[in-house]
Amino acid sequence: MPIPSMKRNIEPWQDPNAEPYIQIESISKKYAFIEAVRNVSLSIYKGELFSLLGGSGCGKSSLLRVLAGFEAPTSGRVIIDGVDITKLPPYERPVNMMFQSYALFPHMTVYQNIAYGLKQESLPKSVIHERVMESLDLVQLSSHANRKPNELSGGQKQRVALARSLVKRPKLLLLDEPLTALDKRLREQTQFELVNIQERVGITFILVTHDQEEAMTMSTRMAIMEEGRIRQVGAPHNVYEFPNSRFVAEFIGSVNIFDGVVVEDEFDHVLIESPEANCLIYATHVGATPVGSNVSVAIRPEKVMMSQTPPAGNRNCTKGIVRDIAYLGDISIYYVELPSGVRVQSSLPNLLRLSERNVTWDDEVYLFWRAENGILLTA
Amino acid sequence: MKHTLRLRTLRQTAQRVQSKVRFQSIIISIPLAWSLLFVLVPSLLVLKISLSKCRLGLPPFTELLQHADLYLYNVAVYFGNYLAIASDPFYFSVVLSSFLMAAASTILCLIIGYAMAYGISRAPKRYHIVLILMIVLPFATSFLVRVYAWMSLLNTHGIVNTLLLKIGLISAPLRMLDNNYVVCLGMVYCYLPFMILPIYATLDKIDKSYIEASYDLGASKWQSFWRIILPISMPGVLAGCSLVFVPALGEFVIPELLGGARTMTIGQTIWCEFFNNRDWPLACAIAVLMMFSFVFYIILSRILPNFTKTGT
Repeated sequence: MPIPSMKRNIEPWQDPNAEPYIQIESISKKYAFIEAVRNVSLSIYKGELFSLLGGSGCGKSSLLRVLAGFEAPTSGRVIIDGVDITKLPPYERPVNMMFQSYALFPHMTVYQNIAYGLKQESLPKSVIHERVMESLDLVQLSSHANRKPNELSGGQKQRVALARSLVKRPKLLLLDEPLTALDKRLREQTQFELVNIQERVGITFILVTHDQEEAMTMSTRMAIMEEGRIRQVGAPHNVYEFPNSRFVAEFIGSVNIFDGVVVEDEFDHVLIESPEANCLIYATHVGATPVGSNVSVAIRPEKVMMSQTPPAGNRNCTKGIVRDIAYLGDISIYYVELPSGVRVQSSLPNLLRLSERNVTWDDEVYLFWRAENGILLTA
Repeated sequence: MKHTLRLRTLRQTAQRVQSKVRFQSIIISIPLAWSLLFVLVPSLLVLKISLSKCRLGLPPFTELLQHADLYLYNVAVYFGNYLAIASDPFYFSVVLSSFLMAAASTILCLIIGYAMAYGISRAPKRYHIVLILMIVLPFATSFLVRVYAWMSLLNTHGIVNTLLLKIGLISAPLRMLDNNYVVCLGMVYCYLPFMILPIYATLDKIDKSYIEASYDLGASKWQSFWRIILPISMPGVLAGCSLVFVPALGEFVIPELLGGARTMTIGQTIWCEFFNNRDWPLACAIAVLMMFSFVFYIILSRILPNFTKTGT
């Protein structure tokens, strides 16, 4: 799991005085048999790279199509820069889209593809030429201006599609799975390139993806969607460290979840008795968790520590037997079976060579974690 | 062991490739033989007759090779037929009127056919097959029957005239047959599917995201049609136009039945020379000229797109 990047020092969503640039107000989209988008509201700030993350059929693409104007919402409004665009056709919106298939016009050259949008604005030829060359420069494809799309590689097509959608300087750029069609190595490279370009042009991006690594690396904030609803919105590191529900905790990254009952509810901590974990779990307080209520505690595998000798203190500590070790090169994931039968994942960096390590299959080990690393989940 | 195994598989692959090549050449030789036997040989016969003189008797043309002595043959090539065609303005006017008729029919077919193909391609997917069937199904009946049906519709005692008389819109029956317009109508009716099907095939394959991308970039529906949909569907348009224009140019039955004596097309002229004047060589010369112009057209239509591609 990559470390969530903190590339912007400003976080306008933290500032109560900041005006949102794009307001999505309770958008719903019903089709004949399914409700693809259910009452989604989002405020997105200028210059953000906002990701909509979710599995297939979660409604993220439908929401994107509503924003682009290809689908009319059943209810709700979309406001960009103070203008309600809900009723505008796609060709009158200050919004451009980069398609998953890129949709480069096959009968036009790269130059003509990029110039297409500008020609609709009936700008003088010299201005069109200047801006086309400028955006070709931006994606480093100036030498390919006269190629046809079928003469380009996948990565080049992707860059032409990006240049075409940026050349009109939209207020909002929508990207539908922009990197899915590329192979892994190129995808990782392009992620940073895309972020760099976005920072340079200063256009607000909304990106749809099913790839959490992509969303976490690139976005300022992301929204996790499930069944047409937004489950959580936040900066990648916030969503990862503080998921607000079991669904989000399980969706983003891997997680160990223990169910339990609250036995002590103090102002600074909560104590949970969990037969699954076979120990008392000490966690920091979130919201209302009265004594006797059923809760779950989620702990990320990299935050579960492992040792063969008992650690100091008996809170947040349990014992189990190593059943499986997944060697991933940089890290190893230990699957430890607790007496309750629950398997706990603990991922540890491979600081030592495999042969030099002393923990192996069927060893009894202690697992422990710090109180603030246990996430208390009520939903 | 491993080595011999690899050798054997290599040999097997070689054999497989060989047998594949043999199989392919068999497959290709069938249409080739067919074309040689039923296209090239008859064409050469027609060419041969076109280079001979007309005469009374059987066959009604002179032989190309004339026996002179024991082993000596005279080759008698006669270009008179071609000269006659070139010098008689009648043939030029026939070619021109046939050409105009075919062109008019093709353009009408294109306008109607494109609109219909576009309509079908935009209809919900499950109706496509039904709509296509509705266009193709009438063609299960014989071509002649359908042309006769138009005759009986448009006759002076036909259904349309009877109806109009009954309603009282006209007092005397209209003369709707025997003119160029009705020939054009017949051609459009008969050749429309050949226009619709290839255009539909290309329109149906156009990725919807092209159109959405065009809207997204600020083009209206009308602009998107002219600048995206129409250019991408051009291969279908060209195929459809060729499929309509070529047979329409040589069409004989429709002008003969619907156009009567008022029209004179290339097909009718060949018929006339062949059966009325019994001038086989001249008829063949016209046929040869027509054939060459088609071949020329096909070569041109192959070369021109490549030419424009390198041009841009």
